[in-house]
Amino acid sequence: MNSELLNEFTFFVLAVFVGIEVISKVPTMLHTPLMSGTNAIHGIILVGALVIAAGASSPVTIILGLVAVVLATTNVVGGFVVTDRMLEMFKGRQTTRTQEPVKPK
Amino acid sequence: MSLFYALAYLLAAVLFILGLKQLSSPKTARNGNFTAAAGMVIALGATVPQLHFTAAGALIILIGVVIGAAVGTIGARQVKMTQIPQMVALFNGAGGAAAALVAVAELVKFGAHPPLTEALPSVFSIVIGSVSFAGSLVAFAKLQELMTGTPITYPGQQLVNGLLAAAIFGFVIAVLAIASIPFSFLALMLLALILGVAFVLPIGGADMPVVISLLNAFTGLAVAASGFTLNNFALIVAGTLVGASGSLLTKLMSDAMGRSLGNVLFGAFGKVQAVAGAAAGKEGRTVRTGSVEDLATLLAYSRRVIIVPGYGLAVAQAQHAVRELADLLEKRGVEVNYAIHPVAGRMPGHMNVLLAEANVPYEQLKEMDEINDEFKNADVVLVVGANDVVNPAARNTPGSPIYGMPILNADQAKNIVFMKRSMRPGFAGIDNDLLYDPKTIMLFGDAKDSLTKLVSAVKAA
Repeated sequence: MNSELLNEFTFFVLAVFVGIEVISKVPTMLHTPLMSGTNAIHGIILVGALVIAAGASSPVTIILGLVAVVLATTNVVGGFVVTDRMLEMFKGRQTTRTQEPVKPK
Repeated sequence: MSLFYALAYLLAAVLFILGLKQLSSPKTARNGNFTAAAGMVIALGATVPQLHFTAAGALIILIGVVIGAAVGTIGARQVKMTQIPQMVALFNGAGGAAAALVAVAELVKFGAHPPLTEALPSVFSIVIGSVSFAGSLVAFAKLQELMTGTPITYPGQQLVNGLLAAAIFGFVIAVLAIASIPFSFLALMLLALILGVAFVLPIGGADMPVVISLLNAFTGLAVAASGFTLNNFALIVAGTLVGASGSLLTKLMSDAMGRSLGNVLFGAFGKVQAVAGAAAGKEGRTVRTGSVEDLATLLAYSRRVIIVPGYGLAVAQAQHAVRELADLLEKRGVEVNYAIHPVAGRMPGHMNVLLAEANVPYEQLKEMDEINDEFKNADVVLVVGANDVVNPAARNTPGSPIYGMPILNADQAKNIVFMKRSMRPGFAGIDNDLLYDPKTIMLFGDAKDSLTKLVSAVKAA
């Protein structure tokens, strides 16, 4: 195993633990926006799509590159925009929440 | 790898982690999305100067980004709030397909006999990405009601899926051992696409959120695998973060429904319509219907009313009408609260979003644990377009598909008013005994229509 692969594998294993730890306390209310947010983050595949598209020269790689860039960009842009639309609905909560609901006696 | 490039990827990874952290708390969630988006911009910005463009490459990137950005923006802006789950499924499918195509392109570049350290992650990415793509499209079709939401099962289903998986495994070996066969990728992709479809078909429409979450985690792993192929740290770290957090989120979602993930994914196998027998013999029972005026009087002279909103409310676009009714009742001194089941709507948290859109005050939205003890003190429970989340079968009928799911204790209230379009069972396809309860009054019709009529009747009461 060469050292680069070993490095990559180290990052992979550490990222597994961070990924699990970082969202472990999410309330049910945020399940859908969180899913949508992580969905946008895996749009990072656009980086990969750019790498293969940039060097495209044969018809096969041109078509593969074009389709991959279109799909990955849709994933990134659509993912972040739709997540923001969901979370926009939660705005104003903080202001209304400051007036603590009065417990009926 | 230049230092600048490496540090930019590190910064992007940190922003993704911070973004996820912020996304899991209501106060910071919206900022979290911006933080993650900033990480994405940095990762992309650091990548572009490293690329060596051919003329064709520059052109297709320009065209591709413009088209993708337009489709993504328009899709995300135009989609109705009720259809957000299937939109997320589509975006996820796009990411899965992109990951598979990137892996294919990389393998094609290597030609015959790529090193195993390149071929293995590529093949993994092709298979998982394709499963995610095809599965997401089926999930979309089920949620959009382009196809039936009930589980599709047939004899020998397990055998067929097992053979598919075995065939894929065989091809993986073939591709790894004799990668010079150019079309072996295509066959592999095709098989994986079929497996994706076969995997989601037997899962009911009501369980699609869990499936989408799982496929979301799959896409993350496919992206990470593509990262191993391209030796790209940004892809490995971001993809793995999504794969890991997505897997945990999938488990949390099935926990919220009181079911195991295995039960959600494979529950329909083998027990084709086992519950059909349980529903038999209950034919001929009568339900009580009430007039709008009767119900208006009942509501107007109650002290405590709890509204249980469901997906039917969202479909009828009745969230504004229900708020109007609630405001009117509050003015008369009635205490009104909304009981939000964890899986009300089509996804956990979906209903909160829909009601927030209609400016329903946050204090009135009660989570299940918070309000379940209040039902016995409620004069009226108004169930609007919900069904499975108040079905007592989840408590009493061990054979039922929803048995064990925590439900709202609507049956403990003094009166129960059901607003439904028909006696048709809910999304899970199960009969609801509560509809036949002597305390229950049915009001048939479109939810928005009925609520508007109720509002004018309450005004007159």
